[in-house]
Amino acid sequence: MNWYKYASPSAFYPLAGKLIPWFAIPAAILFAVGLYIGFFVAPTDFQQGDAYRIMFIHVPAAWMGMFLYVLMAFYAGLGWAFNARLSSMMASALAITGALFTLISLVTGAFWGKPTWGTWWVWDARMTSTLILLFLYVGFISLQSAIDDPRRADRAGAVLALVGVINVPIIYFSVQWWNTLHQGATIRILNKPTIAPPMLAAMLILLAACWLYSIAIVLARLRCIILEREQNTAWMIEGAA
Amino acid sequence: MNWSDFFSMGGYGFYVWGSYLTALVVMGGEVVLLMRRNRSCKRINRERD
Repeated sequence: MNWYKYASPSAFYPLAGKLIPWFAIPAAILFAVGLYIGFFVAPTDFQQGDAYRIMFIHVPAAWMGMFLYVLMAFYAGLGWAFNARLSSMMASALAITGALFTLISLVTGAFWGKPTWGTWWVWDARMTSTLILLFLYVGFISLQSAIDDPRRADRAGAVLALVGVINVPIIYFSVQWWNTLHQGATIRILNKPTIAPPMLAAMLILLAACWLYSIAIVLARLRCIILEREQNTAWMIEGAA
Repeated sequence: MNWSDFFSMGGYGFYVWGSYLTALVVMGGEVVLLMRRNRSCKRINRERD
């Protein structure tokens, strides 16, 4: 099987259409299972009461915001370096979903901060760098929409996306490098998790659900972008005829 | 467990449900807007020929 074939939008378009339900349906199931465990199985926290349940959406959303940014920069860079237009379209498709997850993490963080810290917002390193992440996404989206020629828009976006990658490790390590109000990492790869198993399970299942949701919605958006951008190319004109 | 305890979330109901409602509105909105975009770009294609 020749995988390079799928680097062309004409071959990828129908493949993406077939893949979407394989991600969307498991995403819906995992959202239901994760929320059930998070609200009905996981016990009330002895320190934070039930306010900690915000974690089940806050942490996956924050992670997705960072992962999707790195992925977006990767595809934007790939599209730039190899002049691969499908990769650049993928970067554009990822940007909106990444921005929305970052927005969710900021808003749910404020909802969590108010009862536990007594404030909706402080300018600590983690929150400020996450806000910058949102601005980078917004900058990428508006820069691309401001340039009429799609390939030039892709290149300009790639530069912005790649420069902005530096912000992701800053967000991740901010809680170690600076003295922040935001708490440190709950999950570390080499350490035992510091939370009860059902809490961890709910969070990881919702993270998986967010991943599957992202893949499904990004593929769907990519199909739209392909249609919009390739309107006048031979494969679409022949296909429609 | 009764439902009013569930909705009050130990007094944190506003914050917990506010968070989940935000996530629902944002992600639900994303899906709805994308479906509308999808319909309109498919229409462009049909109208061209």
